[in-house]
Amino acid sequence: MHKPEGHTARLFDDRCLTLDSGAQLSPVSVGYELYGTLNETRSNAVLICHALTGDQYVASTHPITGKPGWWERLIGPGKLIDTNKYFVICSNVLGGCLGTTGPWQENPATGTPWGLDFPVITIRDMVRVQAELLDHLGVGELFMVVGGSMGGMQVLEWLTTYPERLHSSIVLASAARHTAQNIAFHEVGRQAVMADPNWHSGAYYDKDSKPDKGLSVARMTAHITYLSEDALTKKFGRNLQAREAVSFGFDADFQVESYLRHQGSAFVDRFDANSYLYITRAMDYLDIARRYDGRLADAFKAAAHVRCCVISFSSDWLYPTSENKSIAHAMNAAGVRVSFAEIESPHGHDAFLLDEPEMDQMLAGFVSAAALSRGLVS
Amino acid sequence: MSDTLSDTLSNTQRNARNDTRSDTLRADLKLIADLIDPGKRVLDVGCGDGALLDYLVTEKQVDGRGLEISQQGVNACVAKGLFVIQGDADNDLSEYPDDSFDYVVLSKTLQAVYRPRDVLLNLLRIGKRAVVTIPNFAQWRVRLSLLRRGRMPVTKELDKTWYNTDNIHFCTILDLFDLIESEGLTVKEFVPHNKMGKKLNMNRTRANWVADQALFLLEK
Repeated sequence: MHKPEGHTARLFDDRCLTLDSGAQLSPVSVGYELYGTLNETRSNAVLICHALTGDQYVASTHPITGKPGWWERLIGPGKLIDTNKYFVICSNVLGGCLGTTGPWQENPATGTPWGLDFPVITIRDMVRVQAELLDHLGVGELFMVVGGSMGGMQVLEWLTTYPERLHSSIVLASAARHTAQNIAFHEVGRQAVMADPNWHSGAYYDKDSKPDKGLSVARMTAHITYLSEDALTKKFGRNLQAREAVSFGFDADFQVESYLRHQGSAFVDRFDANSYLYITRAMDYLDIARRYDGRLADAFKAAAHVRCCVISFSSDWLYPTSENKSIAHAMNAAGVRVSFAEIESPHGHDAFLLDEPEMDQMLAGFVSAAALSRGLVS
Repeated sequence: MSDTLSDTLSNTQRNARNDTRSDTLRADLKLIADLIDPGKRVLDVGCGDGALLDYLVTEKQVDGRGLEISQQGVNACVAKGLFVIQGDADNDLSEYPDDSFDYVVLSKTLQAVYRPRDVLLNLLRIGKRAVVTIPNFAQWRVRLSLLRRGRMPVTKELDKTWYNTDNIHFCTILDLFDLIESEGLTVKEFVPHNKMGKKLNMNRTRANWVADQALFLLEK
């Protein structure tokens, strides 16, 4: 889709990336951003894993929207993850649309965009590509891997797949599997995309119009799941949008409608509809315990040396406390050193991106204690 | 219950646990620490701000974990580099595997849980040994207060009224001995002490009159 400014690495050139599906990809390009400097002992690298519609612009201006990085609140010089101390890496996930190989990219076999010929990917496939990027950057062990929501799922797969490369990890508002409800909401989003006549079974890249309407509805649906009922009520209530009375029509009478329409239409400018299909599918396929005969604890047995921090938010009904706490208990049962808390917040799932002082305090304590144990501070 | 009791307890607990320096570990926590062998795996249930765990990790090189309900306590523990899960004895102990710890510590919390018997049995399912301390509701001042006033005691140590105390299952030293024996558990150490943490060298019957608190080291 877009080929923005920023770093791009070409990986898996001389050998294939073998995906969980069995399909193979070669080469794989990865869009990424770097902040801070790798120290001499190469021990200060922090990988940030982004969420479903996030990207590598975690702490710098987005090239399309012009908005600040999505986690500049926590990452940057002097911030909680201080780029004066740490070398921060953030890459666009496999299947994404900001420089990393995905359905928008040209299929080397045909010379046209992959579309639906792109193989279905998993969260673990995304992590395999990140590991290869670290090799490319000369980073062996990560001081820390951090992610919220789908980013947290990647952190969990880091713990199952490359535990030996980790010193510590943070998982926020996440899950080790998608529930029926999670899958259901994603399916509504995908069906909205597929119902758009401009979708053309995924082969829309050479057309004048993209399936913007469908993608926009998908985003609107998903956005509701990121907020709590309380948050919506507090923010909008039944307030009317720039009018004194309802119009007895189907305009956006209510502020909440106007807000969602805006969320939807802004989203299509920066996201590819097919990428949305593939990434939501990857999340639906996540069920880590299933690979370990249903015992999630067994997934973390090789990660007993990793310091872990898991956080949920009280009003998050997308990936609720119960899911996050079961991850923490599974880690604990595997002997992993883990801290867990449910932060009281009215902001729903999106709380992990927002100003939550209790979360900040816990994270600050965790990061500084981890840095001390890694010998990064005296 | 006892208000007093409960309040005192929570106050002392808070005060003591605010003190993170190992050389000034609160006396009753020191009694617990003295029973724990170096290098073992320890779970502190209701670990507060982690004063005891921090001491055990620093001074005795234990592999320590905590369970704590308050966010403030969790954050304090995490900042010390400790590992703690937010939760409580009633709801979360069942998530811990059998025999995953050498010691499980439950300090002045048994009287505040919904199901003390289940919690006690869980401690010894999870750990080889359990260290349990309780406030003694049969201490003579408490008895005298009840006798004279005919109301649930509210003292300096128990400064909350019956309807707003967290302590919903107060017991006496003899009560706990009864439960321990009826469950076929073994008391390896019995350390009655006053509220300053000073050991009182006496048998259970006399301790039941005199001791403010008592510590039990239990095995299956």
